[in-house]
Formats: sequence, structure tokens, C-alpha cells
Amino acid sequence: MYPADFHYTKEHEWVRAAGDGTATVGITFHAQKELGDIVYVDLPKTGTAVQAGKTMGSVESVKAVSDVYAPVSGEVVEINEMLAQAPEKLNEDPHGEAWLVKIRLSAPEEIQKLLSAEDYQSYVGAE
Amino acid sequence: MLTAIGARSLEDLYSHLPAEVLQRSPLAIAPGKSEYDIVDYFRARGAECGADYPSFLGAGVYRHYRPVLVDTVVSRGEFLTSYTPYQAEIAQGTLTTIFEFQTMICQLTGMEAANASMYDGSTAVPEAAMMAARITGRDHIAVSGALHPEYRQVLETSVRNQGLPVTGFGYDEATGGLDVESLERAVDGRTAAVIIQSPNFLGVVENIKQAAEIAHRAGALLIVAFTEAVSLGLLEPPREADIVCGELQSFAISPSYGGPFAGIMACKEKFLRQMPGRIVGQTKDVDGRRAFCLTLATREQHIRREKATSNICTNQALIALMATVFLSLYGKQGLRELAAQNLSKAHYLAAGLPLRFSGPFFNEFVVSANGRRPEDINRELLERGIIGGLPLGRFYPELEGSMLLCATEMSRRQHMDAVTAVFAAQEALA
Amino acid sequence: MIRKVRSHITQNEPLLFETSSPGKIGYQLPELDVPAVDPAAVLGKENTRGEIEDFPEISEVEAIRHFTRLSTYNYAIDLGLYPLGSCTMKYNPRVNEAVARIDGLAWAHPYQPESLSQGALEIMATLEAALAEITGMDAVTLQPAAGAHGEFTGIQLVRALHQARGNARKKVLIPDSAHGTNPATARMAGYEVENIPSNERGMIDIEALDRLCTEDTAALMITNPNTVGVFEENITRIAEILHAKGAMVYMDGANMNALVGIARPGDFGVDVMHLNLHKTFSTPHGGGGPGSGAVAVKSHLEPFLPTPRLRRAENAWTWDYDRPSSIGKVRAFYGNFGVLVRALAYIMAHGGAGLRNATMDALLNANYIRAKLEPHFEHPHRAPTMHECVFSDEIQARHGVRTGDIAKRLIDYGFHPYTVSFPLIVHGAMMIEPTETEGKRELDLFIDAMISIAAEAVENPELVLKAPHSTRTSRVDEVMAARKPIVRWKPGAEAPGAND
Repeated sequence: MYPADFHYTKEHEWVRAAGDGTATVGITFHAQKELGDIVYVDLPKTGTAVQAGKTMGSVESVKAVSDVYAPVSGEVVEINEMLAQAPEKLNEDPHGEAWLVKIRLSAPEEIQKLLSAEDYQSYVGAE
Repeated sequence: MLTAIGARSLEDLYSHLPAEVLQRSPLAIAPGKSEYDIVDYFRARGAECGADYPSFLGAGVYRHYRPVLVDTVVSRGEFLTSYTPYQAEIAQGTLTTIFEFQTMICQLTGMEAANASMYDGSTAVPEAAMMAARITGRDHIAVSGALHPEYRQVLETSVRNQGLPVTGFGYDEATGGLDVESLERAVDGRTAAVIIQSPNFLGVVENIKQAAEIAHRAGALLIVAFTEAVSLGLLEPPREADIVCGELQSFAISPSYGGPFAGIMACKEKFLRQMPGRIVGQTKDVDGRRAFCLTLATREQHIRREKATSNICTNQALIALMATVFLSLYGKQGLRELAAQNLSKAHYLAAGLPLRFSGPFFNEFVVSANGRRPEDINRELLERGIIGGLPLGRFYPELEGSMLLCATEMSRRQHMDAVTAVFAAQEALA
Repeated sequence: MIRKVRSHITQNEPLLFETSSPGKIGYQLPELDVPAVDPAAVLGKENTRGEIEDFPEISEVEAIRHFTRLSTYNYAIDLGLYPLGSCTMKYNPRVNEAVARIDGLAWAHPYQPESLSQGALEIMATLEAALAEITGMDAVTLQPAAGAHGEFTGIQLVRALHQARGNARKKVLIPDSAHGTNPATARMAGYEVENIPSNERGMIDIEALDRLCTEDTAALMITNPNTVGVFEENITRIAEILHAKGAMVYMDGANMNALVGIARPGDFGVDVMHLNLHKTFSTPHGGGGPGSGAVAVKSHLEPFLPTPRLRRAENAWTWDYDRPSSIGKVRAFYGNFGVLVRALAYIMAHGGAGLRNATMDALLNANYIRAKLEPHFEHPHRAPTMHECVFSDEIQARHGVRTGDIAKRLIDYGFHPYTVSFPLIVHGAMMIEPTETEGKRELDLFIDAMISIAAEAVENPELVLKAPHSTRTSRVDEVMAARKPIVRWKPGAEAPGAND
């Protein structure tokens, strides 16, 4: 379920380092399932500086809004434009096609402090 | 029923309340009255309010004829006694009329999206200003001195504690329209929105294109407000605006000593998610039939709580329905003809009076009292059974000797001639 | 088991724009008794619009049929019990409608001379006095247009008072059971929001309050009875805690229908509150407005009330604008006068004793529903019920049936649903407020319906999950509406045939 090469947060974001100083960020399968049918995704603009643990956007279902927290610090270098037109992709493929943003890392070591796939699995399992 | 509950008396139902909070003496309110007594009381109060006086007051509240069908429709219990349409399956009546309302507001204003209505025109203005601040990420509001003074006061009360400083810009002393230099001085890189009203409080039709150009050049949004909705039947809509807000009272809503009215809010499609208030959207039911429901609710207070776009909860559904019925009766041809009548009447009245400003006007305008006190002119009119205009000194010290007059399709020629005669007599005296 | 009529009228009705045909009109204007002017000549060509594209063109008969048919798609109090918790959907007496339309009142202009407005001013003054008496407060403003607008006004008053004392303070405390308008309001008034947890009885956790209330606290916003329909039994202690720190107690009057005539907020420590005249005082909800959110205050907040204030001068009422400490205006003119007329008519019809009787009937009805439904639905809070009761869907959820599903199934039984999923502190909340309007017969029908649905949830959950079955419109796809918002009709859009 949760890819082993990702890291996770307790707020249900995932991050995958690309190895070139950038990382891709998304929300987890568990997060989209809790929200239900996602209708809108609000992402930061390219160029925005984000800080680990701080809000960087939100994901909405019909009757709920969930903040998305930046799992790592850095600058947003790309956002997933597709989600503006097809927010339902977040329900269908949250760990793949429906990534949210790519971030140029300002503190790459932050990733290591996040949860492993195994830890996250047991975290959501224990919820 | 008491037995089912396990109570002995009705008083038992609140006997758990702490003794110190219980009311000790009965309410000092007179015993209940019969329906006849109630009607009689309010008739007597109504008789004290000059119902049969012709009036030339406008200034944000206008006397327009209300087609009978409007009250017929809004008196139907299904519209009158229903709640906000949360349960779409049994509220398609209200939802459909709101969808029609939103569509007609777009058609009238030249905007792409409209909400289900606001409390009134005055409260729509601060909501539009806050919306502009969210969109632009800026925090200064530049507001026209010719915006309705009460709207401006409401704006100031509303945004005072939200870190949105309000600066004013003036009107042109000769035309009564936008003072371009003053506007340019008021706008800079911090300006979130420029707010103008057209026709403005002094009755003058504003140059919206020019205001838009100045606002947009500085990266600010242009908010255009209106108080006289009938003008939209004839005037070029404010297409260059980013947000339009205004008062619908002119669309078959009784003056009713100032309320209840309904405000509108409309905007460019790209700002839809920043709009406050209820919005109805089209969708389908599970059998594939067209249906309507409240949508984009995540903007609202009941979901987003302290992060909502506004604390606004209700709209003015029944008042918006009055406007919807009115607009459907007048329609494409009638609204234009109604507006044209207003224009003709106002220009007839104005022709015999000393106009204060030279700018184009729709159905109200400012006249000088030629050295007399406008209050004295009004007193004389009142002696003839006519309510005159609004003396402007209370809002504009520099216009102390002027008054705002309004004529609508309900203004009769003989009464307008009487106004002209009183002014002429005053001139003769002067 | 289904004893109420279930069928709904199913006539189709296209949108106004789809029935339009060129040249049709539904109006008559008086003959123009002055010369017609050329719009382009007096306004300028650039200021004159062409025709309003796609604007409707229909006849008067088509208009009345259109709106009458649409009206039949609505549920309403006039059709039956409307048990929306916290909304107080009581009967709207028609005499109130009639008196609000009396010529002198309906056609009064807000700027007409005071000498020609005495009737309107007298009505407002009488209503202010009655509301002050009912709430036990010292002064009332009728200017706010709605409940949330009243909240905003009230918190602005609190802020003005603190400011006058030298420190506006930073935060507003709000119980987690509060309406969403409370935190949104506090934020609009420039305050941070701090949540206070509720205890297992659904009341404010006094220890938490004591800890959180500091010199930085501007006010507590409390709803009493609260949103689980429970009277905050420690209310005087709560007020003491706030007042000891110089903070104010704001009461959201949404649930005032439980208190009129039996307890007055002004007597239990409330400094400022709003009333929803469209709830407690029966003015019609009209499908979502207009309302009125009168605000009542104790004397220490009176100087800050919005301008103008009514004042008795010699033998007449007058508007007093000379109010140097006022927060200013919150709405143009004086408030939703037409709504105020209706509210006063309601108060006059009841009188003091009648108002108290209405309250007791509201309590009786809510307690009756609670007693009858408790064996079938989980009632999470043991505390005594006032005017509304809140169940949870816990028992039915075991069969996959949730509060929203039970609500939709109630429609098949001929009732409007209760308030769904609120308050947030009750998981799967079902919030039921019958009001005093209902007699035993209607309550029993509703109770039968609820018990029947509880049985269906066990025996045939699919039936409940796919409800409603008897309405003209089946379950509406809210997801589609939100993903691709269509908020206006456009030519060439979906043909009316899709309605068939």
C-alpha cells in the first residue's frame, strides 16, 4: 500500500526525494480515503517558500477542508496542474499521478526525520 | 405526554435549572392580543407614516411599483416557510429560483458568477473589499467619496479590525463624477481594491473604464457598487469591474423604512472560490436528471469556521425571490422601458431646477437651493403634501446648500411641477 | 408504517430562460406623462447598453405557473414538522405578513422626515423594550441584519469596550460545540479563537475554562442552552470566571426559544447577546432569509451601540446620531424593519404569559421526542434536554446507515430531516428541534417514522442508503456540483428534456 521509498508525516503527507535536491510531495491513500470524494485542491504558487510543518495548501471534499502541511522546507518548483481540472485523480492515484508539488529542498536532512512506510502503516493502522 | 417523559408538570421540565437563574417575576409584557387588535395597532402606526405622500427621496432606497404577482409568489408557504435549502431533494423550488437569480444577476451586471444574495447593498461592500484583499494578498482599500455615505460607514466598521486601512478619494467638483487625480493619488502597490459606485450617490454615472484602468494598472481590483438596480436596464454594465456588488431594493422590494433588502455579489469566474455567501450550482440526481444544490460550501463558516471567507450564514432568499419574479415579469423589454421612464421623469424634473453637477445622471441628481436652506424647501413641499429630497449637508458639509432629488416611474407630472414651482418661488424670494 | 402522504407533484418545469420567446411581456407601465428623452443623448452612447442578452421574456401566466410549480418542489413548515435543530422552525403567523404590508409601514422611506415616521419609530421602540424585558438586558439595537451579523456587532461592541479601557485584548474563547459563525465572527473582529472542550455531559469544561481564561481574553462566546440542547448549569460560575479577568460573556441567542419567560440571560451574567428574530420570534425563514439579529447589551456596553439610537424627545421619537463612542454603522439605515414589525406582532399576540407557555410547549415537545426515541437511538449526553435533543447514529452505523442516510429516509416519510452532523462534538449527530408549534399527533407521526427507519436500518439498510425514493428529485450529486461548478445558465446548456 505505502511505497517503501517514500517518507510520511503524521498529517498524512508523503515525500519522495528525487536525488537531485528536489522532492515530490503528495497526500496519502489514507488521507484521501478519510476525506472522501475530493472536489478541489488548493496549491501554493511556484516559487513559494514553504516551511516544514506549516500549511502550504488544502484539499477539499464537499463538506470538509483539510490543510496540507509541507513535510519538508524549501521552494516550490513545480505544481501538479492536472489537479485543477481533475481533482478526482487524488482519490484514484494519490501516490502516483496525483502528486501535489515538487520542492527544492533547503534542508534535505529533514526527510530522514519523517516516518518510514512501515511506521506510517502502523500509525494509520493504530488510529 | 408528561407521563411519557416522567414529569408531573410543565414546570418539571426546567426544574433542573439552577435556582438563581430562574426568572422570578413574570414578563412585563401586556397579555396576548387578538388578531384584530394587532392589525388595528399596526394600521394606526402606518397611518402615522405618511403613506399617501408623493416623495422625491432616493439616496439608496427607491419607490418603484411592485407588481402584484411578486407578493402572490412569495406568500406561498412553500417559499415563505422553508429553510435554507440544505436538503436538495425537497428544496428544488428554492434552489431553482436561486439559480435563475444568479443567472439574471450575471446577465445584468456583465459578470460571470453571482452568489445567492447578501444582506443588503451596504454589507455587500465590505464583503467585496475583504474578498479583494484575499485575492490580491494586499490590504489597502481606496473608496470613492461618492459611494453612499452609509455604505462607507458600514465598510469602515466592518474592516476596522481586520488590518484593512481605508483611504478615500474625491469626486469632481464640476461633474460630480470621479476625480481622476484624487483616485490616482489614492492608489498604489498596496491597494487591494478601488471601490466606486455608479450611478454614484450624487446620481452621476461614473466612467468605469477609466477607474478600471487606474485600478488595474496598480494591480488592484475594481469593485463597482450600485444602489439603483433599475439603472442596469439602460446603463452599460460594469464589465471592466472584477467584483460588482449592490442593492436590489429597486426590484419590487418595499422601502419598508430601510429593510429587509437584498444585496448582490457578482464577479469574474476565476474569483468564484473567494466569493462569500451561499452559491447554488447545477448538477444531476442519481437518475441523471438536472438538479440544483448548494455548492462550494467549504468556503463557508459552518465548515471552515474561523478560516471561512466570511461569517455570513444566511442570504436573503425570499427577497431575492421577489427580485427574480419582478425580473421575469419585466424581462428584456420591460426593464429597459422601466429604466427609460425613470430617465425621462428625472430629466423632466431636473429641467426646471438648478443642477449642481454636469455629469450624466439616471434618476437622481443634486440641485442647489440657491442660497436657501434645503430644509426650508422641504418644509414648504411638506405643506403641499409632498416629501422633497435629501439635504446633503449631513453627509457632505461642502454640499450644505444642496439636496438630492429622485424621480421614478411613480412620480407624477403634477407633483414634479409642484416641486419646480416651490424652487421657483424660493428663487423669486431670493 | 408510513402514515403520511409521500407522493410529490412531479410536473416538469424548465428554467425561465428556456421558456422565453421574443416579444413576450408580463408587465404594464403607466403612460409616460412627460416627454421621453433619448437615453444615448442624455447618458452618452458609451454609457448606454444594448439589449440584455438571453434575459427572460415570458407572460404573466407563464410566470405564475413557473413559480407555483417550482414552489411545489419545496418542503415547508406549512406542510409539516420541520425539526431542524438550532433553526427553530416554528409556525409563521400570517397576520404578521399582513401587518408588515400595511402601506404606511411598507412604503416608509428611511430618510423621510421624523415627523412622518413616528409610527415606525414607535414600533421599533416598543420592540426594543420588549426584547430588553425578555432578555433581562438594558439596551437593544435592531440594526443587525441576521444572526451572524448580530454576533459580529456584539463582538465589535466588546472590542470597543476593551479598547476604551486601554487594551482590546487578543482572544475569544469558544466551546467546541459552537456554531461555525462564532469562530468566523471572532476572526472578523480581529480576535484569535481558542476552543474550549466540552465535558461528558455536553457542557463547558469549567477547569479548562478557568485555565484558558486570562487577561488576554476579550470574551467567551457561549450558546445557552448549548447546541446539544443542554442548559449550562454552571453558567453563573462561568460568568464569574470571565468577569474576574475583565472579560465579557457573549451569548449566542440561537436557542433562546428554550428560555423566553423562564430565565433571562441578563440575570445569569451575560453582558451581550444576539437574538434571531427569525427563530425565536417566528419571522419566516423564507428559504434562507431575511432574518434579523437584534443585539441586547448591559449598560456598560450601551455607549458603543451602532448609530443612530432611538431617543424620546419631548413628545416624539427621534434618531440620535451624536454617539461619540459608537462602533459606527453595521448596516445602512436602521435594520430589517419589515422583520421587526413581524416580531413585534408575534410578541403582542402572545403576551408575557403566552411567550412563557410557548417555551414550555417547546420543552415538552423536545423531551417527548427524546423519551420516545431513546430506546431506538443512542443519546450520548445524559443531561436534561431543553428545547432540542441530539442523538447519534451509533446504533445504526453498525449496519452502515449514517445520520445523513436516516435524514434522507425521513423525507420518504413526509418530514423534513433534522439537522445532520451537527454539533461536531457528537459523532453522527441527529439534532432534533420540534418547537412548540407541533401537537402530539404530528410528533407521534415523526416518532413512528424514526422508529420505523431504525428497524429498516437493521432489516433493509439498502432501502435507507438509497433514500429518498418518493421525491421528484432523487439523491443529488453534490460532488459533481463542486468539482465542475456551473453557477449560471448559459444558452445551449443542457436541454430541459434532461428534467424528464
